[in-house]
This record gives sequence, C-alpha cells and structure tokens, in this order.
Amino acid sequence: MSIDMTEVRQLFFEESFESLDTMESNLLDLQVGDADKDLINSIFRVVHSIKGGAGIFKFESMVGFAHTAETLLDEIRSGEHSVTQAMIDVLLQTVDVLRMMLTQLQASEPYDESSVNTCLISLRGFLKTHETDTTTAPSAVVSAAPVFEKKSTQYWKIIFKPDESLLKTGNDPINLFNELALLGTLTVEAELDHLPTWQELVVQNCYLNWVLMLEGNVQRQHIEEIFEWVEGDCELTIIDLSAELVSNDAPTVEIAAESALESSSVESVTPPTVASEPIEAQGAIHSELSAAVSEVVDCAPETLEVSEVPDTFTPEESLEIPRNFEVSESVTPEETTAFTSEMDISVTKPVDKAPPTPKIDKAEVEDALGLKNQATLNGTSAHLSATNTPSSEASSIRVSIDKIDDLINIVGELVITQSMLDQVSENFDFVKLAQLRDGLTQLERNTRELQKSVMRIRMLPISYSFNRFPRLVHDLSVSLGKKVELKMSGEHTELDKTVLEKMSDPLVHLVRNALDHGIEKPAERLAAGKPEKGLLHLHAFHQGGNIMIQISDDGAGFDMKRIHEKAISSGLLNPDDPVTDEQLYEFIFHPGFSTASQISDLSGRGVGMDVVRRNIRSLGGSIDIRSIPGKGTTFNIRLPLTLAILDGQLVRVGEEIYILSLLSIIESLRVNSEQVNSLAGKAEVYKLRDDYIPVLRLYSLFNIPNAVTRLEEGLLVIIEGDGQRIGLFVDELLSQQQIVIKSLETNYKSVAGISGATILGDGSVALILDVAGLIKLSQTSVPIMRRLAKEREHEYQH
Amino acid sequence: MSTNTNTSVAQIATNKYLTFVLATEEYAIDILRVQEIKGWSKVTVIPNTPNYICGVINLRGTIVPIIDLRLRFNLERLDYGQMTVVVVVKVMGHSGRERIMGIVVDAVSDVYDVAESEIKPPPDFGSVISIEFIKGLATVGEKMVIVLEIDRLLNSDELAMIENIAKH
Repeated sequence: MSIDMTEVRQLFFEESFESLDTMESNLLDLQVGDADKDLINSIFRVVHSIKGGAGIFKFESMVGFAHTAETLLDEIRSGEHSVTQAMIDVLLQTVDVLRMMLTQLQASEPYDESSVNTCLISLRGFLKTHETDTTTAPSAVVSAAPVFEKKSTQYWKIIFKPDESLLKTGNDPINLFNELALLGTLTVEAELDHLPTWQELVVQNCYLNWVLMLEGNVQRQHIEEIFEWVEGDCELTIIDLSAELVSNDAPTVEIAAESALESSSVESVTPPTVASEPIEAQGAIHSELSAAVSEVVDCAPETLEVSEVPDTFTPEESLEIPRNFEVSESVTPEETTAFTSEMDISVTKPVDKAPPTPKIDKAEVEDALGLKNQATLNGTSAHLSATNTPSSEASSIRVSIDKIDDLINIVGELVITQSMLDQVSENFDFVKLAQLRDGLTQLERNTRELQKSVMRIRMLPISYSFNRFPRLVHDLSVSLGKKVELKMSGEHTELDKTVLEKMSDPLVHLVRNALDHGIEKPAERLAAGKPEKGLLHLHAFHQGGNIMIQISDDGAGFDMKRIHEKAISSGLLNPDDPVTDEQLYEFIFHPGFSTASQISDLSGRGVGMDVVRRNIRSLGGSIDIRSIPGKGTTFNIRLPLTLAILDGQLVRVGEEIYILSLLSIIESLRVNSEQVNSLAGKAEVYKLRDDYIPVLRLYSLFNIPNAVTRLEEGLLVIIEGDGQRIGLFVDELLSQQQIVIKSLETNYKSVAGISGATILGDGSVALILDVAGLIKLSQTSVPIMRRLAKEREHEYQH
Repeated sequence: MSTNTNTSVAQIATNKYLTFVLATEEYAIDILRVQEIKGWSKVTVIPNTPNYICGVINLRGTIVPIIDLRLRFNLERLDYGQMTVVVVVKVMGHSGRERIMGIVVDAVSDVYDVAESEIKPPPDFGSVISIEFIKGLATVGEKMVIVLEIDRLLNSDELAMIENIAKH
C-alpha cells in the first residue's frame, strides 16, 4: 500500500514539474495587454491541477498558494484584468515558488517560506476580489486571515534552552528540528546572546538557545515526544499560540498587526512595490503567520501597554528576547541563505562526482558555516534540494513512444530470425547452407538496427537544454535593463543525454555573458545605429559528425585592445610580442582573466570561461570565438555526438590504417601535380576549381615510414572541419564501414589529431583521425616537429 | 593512525611481487597490479609520441597503450620477437583513475614474498641514474631486486611536457 502511495506521489511531482515547464513557456509567450485565451486557459489548468494534486496529498499551504494564483488567473480569464508585464513577472515568480515547494516537498524538507509569502503578497496585490477587502479596514484582513488558515492548523512557539552539555550527550538539535519540521512548517531562530568570545569558546559546548515556530496540525504531545530525549538537558517551554490568538480581541490584534507590519516589511526579502501597505500587512499576517504571530506576540507587551494585555501573554515576557533581536534575526536568514548559496560552489562540486546523501551534505554545510546556529532550516534545505534534484532527474529518461515502437519492432524481427535459424539448424544439411547465410545476414541487419535504436534512446533533442533560455533571457534582460530578442534554431538536433546534461551549465554561462557583456543597453545600441533590441541567437546543427552549438549576439564584440592591455598587465604577454586575434581570444579562457571594468553581479568577463572550456573539453569538444568589434560575438561549440558508432572511411598511409569520419569527407581525387603550388617553399596548396586548399601530408605529420611521397601516386582526400578545408594526402582509400569508437583516453591520453581508436575486423587497432585537430596541428606542425626532434636528441644524449 | 600500521603489518606477510628481467637487472612489481602476462602482438603506432610508447593494442575490446621499459629507462632497444613479454598492469593516474597499460620486458622471472620492511629506499645517485620510477631495493635471498613505482611510468613530467608542446 505504502509503496503505491509513494509511486503516485512521485507521479504527481513529475507531472507537476512538467506542467510547470509548460506554464513557464506559456507565460513567456503571453503578450502584454492581449490575453490569449488559449494560453491563459493552459496556464490556469496547470495551476488548477497542481492545486488538486496538492490537495490529495494534503500539502495544505501549497493548496492555499495555488488557490491564490488560480484566483488571479481566473480573473484574467474572465477579462477582469488586462495582462501587464508586472502580472506576468509575478506569475513567473509563482512558477518558481511552486517549483521550489514541490522540490522541497519531494525531498520532505521544509521550504523557504519567505519567498512563498513574498510571492503571495504580490499575487494578492492584483486580486480584484481582495482589493475591496483590504481597502476597507485592516481588521477585516486580520480576521479573514486566521479563518483561511485556521481549519486544522495550530501554532506553537517552542522555546528551547539546552544545557551547555547537550552536544556532549550525543544529541544534536538539528535532528530534533528536522523531526519538528516533519510535523509542519517550522521556523527556527537562534539566540546568540550567550555566545562567548572566540578565545573562550569551547566547541563541544552548546551556547545557543532557540525559538521555534511550528505551524501545522500538531498536538502538544507530538512536540513533547520529540523533545523527550533531551528532557533532562534543557529548559523547554511549549506555548500554544493558536489559543492565544483566538482569545485576543480583534482590536488588540489589529494594533499588534500594524506594528508587526513595520518589522515584517523589513523582513520580506523583496518588498513588493505594487502592493499597497495594507495589502502587505494582510499578506504578512495572513500567511507569514509563523513569523508574524511571533511579532504580534513580542510586540504586544510594548506596544499595547495602554490596551489590555491579556494575562496569557506573560509567559512571553519571560522570554527575555530583546525587541531588536527579532529584527536583526530576521535579516540573518537572508544572510545565511546568501552564504549557503555561496557555499554551493564548494559543496556541489564533490556532489557532481559522487552524490552524497543529503544528510552528509547538510552536515558539511553546517560545519562549513561553523554554526550550530540554525538560523533558518529553510535556507539550508532550499540549497540542499537544489543539489539533490539533478541526481533524481538523472535516474530516469523520457523516451518518445515511436522510439520504443521501433525497438519493439526490431526485437520482434529478431525473434523471427532466431526461430528461422533454429529451424535451419535442425537436421542441418549442406542444402540448407544458403538458407543459413540468409538467416545470418538478417541477424546482422537486426543487430545493427537494434543497436541504432538503443543508441537513439539516449539521444535527446537539444531543446531540452534550450528551453530554459527564454526564461533566463527574460529575467536577465529585465534585471540588466536591456532589450533582447532570443532566437533559437535547430532545437531538434539530437544529442546524447550525458553530453546534453554536461553542456547546460556552460551554455547558461555563455548566455549570461552575452547578455551581460555582449549586448549593449538600448541607448548605446541606438547611438551605435543598431536596433534598440539586441539579438541573441542560439543555433544547433550537425557538421561533419559533430554537433555545433552557436551562441551569437549582435552586441559590442570584444574589446581587443583591452584584452591586449589586460594580458600584458597580468603578465601573460610581453608588450612587444606580436599577437593574433586568435591568441588574444585564448586569454579569455585564462582562469581569472577579466576585462570587465566593473564586475557585475552576474560575472566579470573571463571568470568562469576557463571552466566552460574545461567542461567542453572533457566532453571531447572544443570552443572558439569569433568577434567583430561593434558587430557582435559568436561562440562556436563543437561537440562529438558521443554516438559510439560512426560511418568510417578507412585510409592507408604506409602500413598504417586510419579512419576518417565519412561525414567529414567532401571528395577524394587523384592529384594533378600541375595544380599543386608551394608557398614560401614549404606549405603546399592545391587548386581545386576556384579554391586553393592547403595540402597536408599525413605521413610527414605523423612520421609514418614507407609511405607514398609523390603526390601523383597517392590520393588527396578533401576534408572539412571547423569550417576549414584541407586536402589530406594518403596512399589509398580502403573500404567504408561502421566503426565502434573506443576512447584512447581511458588508458592513455588524448593525442593531437586523433579523436579515438577502433578495432578492425582482424582485431587490430586503427586510429580515428580528428579532422579539426589535424587542421590545427597542420598549422603548428613545423614548430612541434622541431621541438620534438630536439627532445629526442636530448633523450639520446643521456 | 594505529589502524594504518596494523594493516601494513598484516600486509607484510602477504605482499607478493612479480619480477622480470630487463637487460641484466631484475625488477619487481606488486603482483596485485598485474592483470595478465601475454606475448608480443603487433601494435598500432600512435603518431608523435615519445619513442618508448610502442603504440596501442586491442585487449579484448579495450585500447591499451604499450610501453617499452627498456626505452623508458634509456636502455638499448631489443628487437621484439616470440620471446618478448608484455606484462599488463593497472596503474593509478593523476586523478586517481585506474588505467591499464602493457609494459614490454625481456622475460618474466619469478614471484617472491617480500616484506615491506625489506624494501629499502633507493640510494641517491645524484643525476647519474633517475630514481623516479624506483620505489626501493629489496633483497631476496642473495639477490637484489628493484621494486618499481609503476604509477609514474605513464604520468611522468616528461610525458606531460611533450603533451604540452603538442597542444601549443
């Protein structure tokens, strides 16, 4: 039974995540002012079904949140609002919040309430139905709020003052808090007053006290059960706030609410600009109850001196929590979250390699923070789940039905072939030889098809990665104050899933860079005679057995002069050295190289580019830059398909056999020596129709003995890679065949000009030529040879 | 720390070394690193690599590089023939990744039990002999065997340097 439920839950999460993606892209398609009925309906359906699902699983706060969003969408649908940009932004924020809530719920972790509340407040700001309420009187708001949440929710304030020796007994407050968090929504605040100075601090001692707010359908005994283990080691006060709240007269709460409003507006991470003050108060009280209630309670003794303070409040006074403490603490959660998000960098890296369990991770974060002070459980766990999600995603793959159908068909055929071979083998006679042969041929064909289809399952269209960019570009361009049009093409180009996953971070980085540094602000663009709106183009396509991804912008381009200066000032270059643009681009990839005059919050140019390149290289790909000042920059990423199989052309040079990818071969021809010219006595070019193509003699590049050296006796294979063509001189062409790519790097290392190896029919190894690498090598081959020769001389002397 | 010493004590009894002959010298490698011993088969030459890298072979579907230990140690080259032996070993790469490679030796000699304590650090010959690949010297009966540090064979600075040249 329980297994069934978890499966259904899992399904709910998966579906919800998927429909949120749809919602996001629908929102981005939504035009300001003109509400497209279909889009709105589709968005509405998403929110509605999430609300329904959340209801089934009793995710109460999610139901409430989704309900508000639904109300707004309903109002839009019925034409009560015209769609504004602010509205779209808030709804996008809603998507984020829902996604965050789902992730946290999936991981059974408490979520970051403050962002939920901020978003809720902004959502309410648009609501027609509530606007009337809020304008009338705050009292209505306050009374409305508890009614909404009141159903079965209770509010508990737990004051937990452990003895200094608590940790020594093997108890860790975090475990207790985690338990509590399972009961309901938990807010944890630590009291740092008793912290000694660093010199006096004994790490084994626990100096902290905590004030916890628990919201949910919880009985007192549940809470007591959790603290049972530490009963003798602490001072524990559990207060039922819900009882207090109800017993309060409306005016009392009202005033308290108003005073709470001030501090709670400080508290909200991004105070909504649209919402008017009362609405803010409403939102704060209404849903930030856990926090706000504490404010109410804490404020009461001071602000309500005149009014009657109910006796029930006295336990609160004994808390001895300074008033300003509350305010300062409300800042710390943010700081802590910021800190933890910084921590991401160091923590997520090991996660990549071997994802540790969340528990270990959490411990790491705590240790690193050096805090037993769990100012927010929420902040930490929000980050945790962020690191968790990729691993959970990676475990499954969605495959289109037709790919599966293909597989089933092939397997069906395979079964038929097998039974046919069975028949042949029964009472085998030489007469049946032809039949056997046919059967084997069929088997071979089936095998190949099966292999191809299985490979295709791993292939995903690159749109899986591109899909996130509309949102990214939208958000970034807003925050940077730029106008950007995003164009995407070739989204259907398929790429191996692993490659795709590893590429998504580098792509995000490049897109951010393009927006941050590449595309200028509207005014600058107009001044430069360009359209106000910048263009960012993501383009994916196949080229010569590789996948190419281009990220181009029509922005300012690189400031080559500045790169040059920077390279000199950082000691990478001598002022007198002649440099080409290509060499200057190289510096961009240098760790820590930045020409940005001021580092923006996004990035300084060059920061992270080394990582981008490393990631791409680790996939066996390459990245290069083309930039024209004033016209824009293009990043070209070349990636192998990682299809372990390619159609190969076997070529012979001397006694060696090499393999060229068929896709990279344009033509092969016999050389007419009259059409060969030499440049500067060294480099040879071949006149192919109207083009001059550099000739690369493979035997000389690879030092292969016994090869044909006279051009007339061999063949020139015209190959293309990285947009360049060369004529590769080989002895002869052999057969063409499908080859399985084996990595050289597994046991050896990557070799320039070689992309891998394969095993031929006779069991021997043949090397696969890397066309782009050969071209690069040919341009630099002379110095290498000379230096290599020197090395060898050096070796022999010893 | 105490557990460490315990395990090494336990290992003393069980450390077996495979020895092989190179020129007139006897070298030893930890037998747990030896995957198999095979005869010489034709290699595919990898272009532009140092001369001691013979090339790569197909070891049941895996591409395995072959290193000529004589050339690696700057000894005189010996022609490959029927008697040439390739010892396939596991080495640890820089990143802690396991690699498989073959080393060409003159002949396989014996398997010895060598206690850890019997392995003495190599004396410093100055620059006369590179001790980069030598883990230590062990005495077996009357003989001295050279215990090799095989992880360095493929990961030496020299190779990295040549790799760098090729890149630029």
